Amino acid sequence: MNCTTLPLADAVSVIEDNSVVMISGFGGSGTPIELIHALIDRFKASGSPNNLTIINNNAGTGKVGIAAMIKLGMVKKMICSFPRSSDAHAFSEKYLAGEIELELVPQGTLAERIRAAGAGIPAFFTPAGFGTELAEGKTVQEFDGKPCVMEHWLKADVALIKADIADSHGNLTYRLAARNFSPLMCMAAHHTVAQVSQLVNPGGINPEHVVTPGIFVEAVVEVPNPKQEELLIRAGEDYT
Amino acid sequence: MSIINPENLKQIKLTNTQIAWRAAQDIQDGAYVNLGIGIPELIARYQPQGRQVTYHTENGVLGFGEAPAEGREDWDLINAGKKAITLNNGAAIFHHADSFAMVRGGHLDLAVLGAYQVSQTGDLANWRVGSKGVPAVGGAMDLVHGAKAVAVITDHVSKDGKPKLVEQCTFPLTGVGCITRVYTSLAVVDIQHQKFVLREKLPDLSFEQLQSLTGATLHVENEVATLNAPPID
Repeated sequence: MNCTTLPLADAVSVIEDNSVVMISGFGGSGTPIELIHALIDRFKASGSPNNLTIINNNAGTGKVGIAAMIKLGMVKKMICSFPRSSDAHAFSEKYLAGEIELELVPQGTLAERIRAAGAGIPAFFTPAGFGTELAEGKTVQEFDGKPCVMEHWLKADVALIKADIADSHGNLTYRLAARNFSPLMCMAAHHTVAQVSQLVNPGGINPEHVVTPGIFVEAVVEVPNPKQEELLIRAGEDYT
Repeated sequence: MSIINPENLKQIKLTNTQIAWRAAQDIQDGAYVNLGIGIPELIARYQPQGRQVTYHTENGVLGFGEAPAEGREDWDLINAGKKAITLNNGAAIFHHADSFAMVRGGHLDLAVLGAYQVSQTGDLANWRVGSKGVPAVGGAMDLVHGAKAVAVITDHVSKDGKPKLVEQCTFPLTGVGCITRVYTSLAVVDIQHQKFVLREKLPDLSFEQLQSLTGATLHVENEVATLNAPPID
């Protein structure tokens, strides 16, 4: 079935106040910067969406992307593994002032919780985090003599992800290590929006090369020559 | 007991690159290895000739190579430290859940991490030193579980001279009973049956001196070998 192809502004209109939103990317690799900035444009114009819970590996760098969302006050809570990057002032200032919540999750557990949600697995056991402060209060059970921590699936209302090529069924391929969290987030969100560099007709992607099948994707936005977050940060861009 | 003063210690101890060199000598031909961000990454430079090693990075690459020349970076192709990398022939790219399946599923031969403290029972503390500031854990808590060997590379004592090899960690834990070997600036120590077992030490350091710089008992099983590393800038 065809997924919807939309302009940027329409694609992010599904996100409401208090939504839980997964945003793909690891550092600047795989970050859907145009989708994030379209969401920021909407917030600047209307004050909405706000009180968002954002799921990403990091918590934004510089003054673009997720960092700009945080600085502008759109984000109530971050669920991530590594919010302390070299230039993560937007998050640090809000966190130390007690103005943003943080759920810190070990990186592999974060990935697996997202995958589990997409696969319909409510919980799983992992050795990661056992005996640490991040496992406090969690159920522990031994398997083959190894103590493991129970972790729950992590779902989202919407996922904003970046891919390379899409066909009109929403089948996706990715570029290099920009793949990272995207295939997992596509599965775990109720509504997935993919920004892609190129949109092709069905048959334009070899079925054997499809990484994310279109069944996991609701909307596609074509953004040729997408901006690279790392380069925006190095250039000192400010989207606040 | 003879106590070694900090100035003498500074002169005889191995540099970070020398510790990395020593750790590299133990990596077997054909191994799949994850190197932590920072000092552990140096190990790849000293991989002995003739051995083929495949390096894994958590964000989803097996078989990455040298950093590209400045100006040639492709920022879609980075490692877990968010530095630009290149791909070797035969590299593979995969998503994050597969990447950590390689870690937790026991598919890596070796993971090497940095440390604030390692305990004699193999506990590791390496992600935060207190409760202040912004906490960040990344993949450290996952990486310490699953690799066939999990080694630490570290200075033997902290910057203020306190032992980093201890009976019990006082900093927040990264993992419990997970470390199998420690390469330090003064020694190579295995963790076996909840004890530190000394394998190698610097020739200019007596056992008593090394023990005085260690926060738990060092056990000796067989002969203690000499720890040597070539001078490296």
